[in-house]
Formats: sequence, C-alpha cells, structure tokens
Amino acid sequence: QVWQIRLDMHLLNHDGNITDAASIAGIVALCHFRRPDVSVQGEEVTVYTPEERDPVPLSIHHMPICVSFAFYHQGTYLLVDPTEREERVMDGLLVIAMNKHHEICTIQSSGVVMLLPDQILRCSKITAVKVAEITELIQKALESDQKARKEGGKFGFAESIPNQRITAFKMESAAVDTNDVEEQAGEIIAKADPPSEVFANPVLHTPGTAQIGEGIESSWGDLEESEKEEAAEEEGESEAAAFECEKVETEETSTLRETKSGESILLSDSEEEEVVILEPQELPRKTR
Amino acid sequence: SLSPGDTSVLAGLYGPAEAKISKELPDRAALEVLLRPKVGLPGVLERSREQLLRQTCEAVVLGVLHPRTTISLVLQVLSDAGSLLSCCLNAACMALLDTGLPLATLFCGVTCALQPDGTILLDPTARQEQEARAILTFAIASSERKVLMATTKGSCSVEEMQQCLAAAQRAANTIFQFYRDSVRRRYSK
Repeated sequence: QVWQIRLDMHLLNHDGNITDAASIAGIVALCHFRRPDVSVQGEEVTVYTPEERDPVPLSIHHMPICVSFAFYHQGTYLLVDPTEREERVMDGLLVIAMNKHHEICTIQSSGVVMLLPDQILRCSKITAVKVAEITELIQKALESDQKARKEGGKFGFAESIPNQRITAFKMESAAVDTNDVEEQAGEIIAKADPPSEVFANPVLHTPGTAQIGEGIESSWGDLEESEKEEAAEEEGESEAAAFECEKVETEETSTLRETKSGESILLSDSEEEEVVILEPQELPRKTR
Repeated sequence: SLSPGDTSVLAGLYGPAEAKISKELPDRAALEVLLRPKVGLPGVLERSREQLLRQTCEAVVLGVLHPRTTISLVLQVLSDAGSLLSCCLNAACMALLDTGLPLATLFCGVTCALQPDGTILLDPTARQEQEARAILTFAIASSERKVLMATTKGSCSVEEMQQCLAAAQRAANTIFQFYRDSVRRRYSK
C-alpha cells in the first residue's frame, strides 16, 4: 500500500512563462504539504489523523526549478523569463531545470532555432544564478509560513495578497447591528397570510410515478376537493416560477400539505422552485 | 478576488462575446458559470452551485440588451474557510460591476449558521458550519434588500428562517458599503 499524491495547479493569470511559474508553485506545494503520520508494526499499519499526531512532510531530496530562455533572430538575442508578448514572437525556447546544487534535471529545446553548445552552457550558468535566488526566496517563504503557523498568526492565501494597492480593498470583520431583527422577523410572520401557495406540484399520472416540471399543469392527483380548486389557480403561478429567476421575491412561509395516504409531508422551506418529495413507494420523475 | 476571512474566490467575467450557435438565445444573453474547486475536478456540488449562481446573475443582468451573446463567469476557489457560496456570490457581483455589464440591481451573498441553541452566526467559519444545525445562504438585492436566492442546508423552523433573513438583510448593508468603497477607491485616480 502506498500513498497517492495529487497536485492540482490552477493558472490564475497568463502573462508568459507558465512553465517556470508552475514549476516553482509545484515544488513549493510539495515542500509545504504534510501527510498523515503512519506507523507500521509487522503486518499492522496504523494511520494517525492530524489531530492524533502532527502530519509529517514529504521527503523532498532536492528542488528543481525551471528557467526559460527565449531566442530571437536565430540565436542572436536571448531573453530570460519571457512575457506573453515576447513568447508570441520568439523563434525558439530553451527550458533548463536545475537545483541549487547545480545539477541539471531537465533540458528541453523547442522552436526553429539551432543552438551552439557554448550558448547552452551560458544559459545553464544563468540558470544556476537564478535558481539560487529562487530557492532562497522559497526557503524564506516556507520558514515564515511555518513561523506564522506556530505562533498562531494569520497565514494562507488571503494574507499573501498585497493590500496596499488601489485595486485592492480590505475590510476587517464588521459588526452588524441586529438589534431589532427579531421584531422585524416577528412582524413579517404575523403579517404573512396563512400558507396557501406552493411553487411546484408533482403531477401524478399513474400510481407509482410523479412528475415535476415548469409550465406543466400542476395539480395533485389525489387532492381533496378544496385543494383542487387552489391547485387550478396556482397553475398560473407555477408557470411563472419557471426557469427564469423570479425565485422568491417575498418572504413566504413554508407549506404543510397532507396527501390522502395520511402521510404528512413537510415541504422544505428552502424556497427552491422545485421540490422533490420522495414517498416510499413512488419514484418522482423530473422533466425539464 | 474576494476574501471574507480566509475564504478566497477569484472571479473572471468574459462577455458579452460571440456565442456558439448551440448556446445562443435569440432574445437575450446566455449566461454560463464555471466554478472550479480548489482540489480535484468539478463535481456535482460545483454544478449545483453553478446553477444557483447562474440563476441569481440572470435575474440581475439585463440580458435583453445583448441578444445572441454569451457572458461567461469563471470562478476559481483559492481557499475555503467557510461561507464559500456567499463568497462566490460577492465575487460574481463585483466581477459584474467591474466589467460594466448593465445590471438591474446589485446583489450580495450572506451565509447564516443556525446553532443548536438557536443563535444566529453570520458568515460562519468552516468549524462553525460543521457544528451548526442549519446553514442558510441568501442572495440579497441592493434595491429594497429583496431576496434573489435562498438555499438551506439542514432544518430550521419558519421563525428562525425569518430571523436569519432579517439578519442577512442587515449584513447586506455592510457588504454594499464595501462594494461602494472599493469601487470608489478603484476609480479614484
């Protein structure tokens, strides 16, 4: 039995060079991740929950980071870390993945450029410098996150968003005045008419099936007489409550209906436009 | 990007753009919502939330001004620490504001958690949501604080629901003030 690790990457904004960004994000995520602790005694394997034992990090041997180079004019010009515009017009691309011990992990060349060996060596030297900087940045970030977690400070994505800009706005948690909320609610309930409206009714064609839909004539199959009249009036309403979103404009109270079989079914007061009631023998069939 | 507490959602709105023949509506804009979770592929829960968001947005966007176009709203969950649906609603509204689409009204999302002892908590954290008896999310319009969308998880009585709704309408005032301030700030230069 082994652990399976899944790394989901979400691209939020593409302004060039997603390879590098993705490689940094991926390796940092793997370093940051903690898995549940496990102890193996002979054949017995116990997996501890995060509450029982602190989760342990993965064993990361080294951190390969990608650096991309864009070539122009058959190798005359070289750009490190191209932006989107630069990527669009480049002739060739060279990607080198290296770790801080100067070991090359990946080299990938694409495009119509033919590269000389000394160009590639030059690129790998540039990569070494960049990787050293980036690795240091990663270490600092991981340490500060660990410190924040230990000391109980705030951490996570929301904190890392810079909020000193015009386009960013942050409001601390605001207290909401709810003093007379109860009275307001009480008034509404007192004023509301006794429940008589329902937005969708199942139609019983034959015993054993029911149907709910928009714009279809809605009437209970085995309604009592008085409710049948109401159902005829409500037909117009349930058509209005079709897919366009007049969902709920008023604070209507929920309805309580009883079928002839004697079971009382409480329509949920979720005010959803379609309510499916599962009775023991019946299978509601929805049509759209 | 909108983050109440530590819940963050990134919203991207594209449109009105040319619609595929299969998707275009002859008299109004077709709105589609894509909600991507933080981990894994979108599943049934994301689909149902997408529908809720779509129907709320369709109620406010004046789609008849842009027939045969498509408006795409893409939401990416960056972190989830409770009250996710209301965060998505707020992000969607801010995206609509930022894009400048014609709207009938603004809306905001508020989540209420009803605790077992009856107290109402606004914008609960994940832990509070788990311990709550019922969680109600409302989308509240800015004109007269009417309810655009309401969804409940768990059971609560009618009176409790009215109380949660009234509390949510109060909280909506704060959120609309936030919209106003951030838009003002953004266009202040």
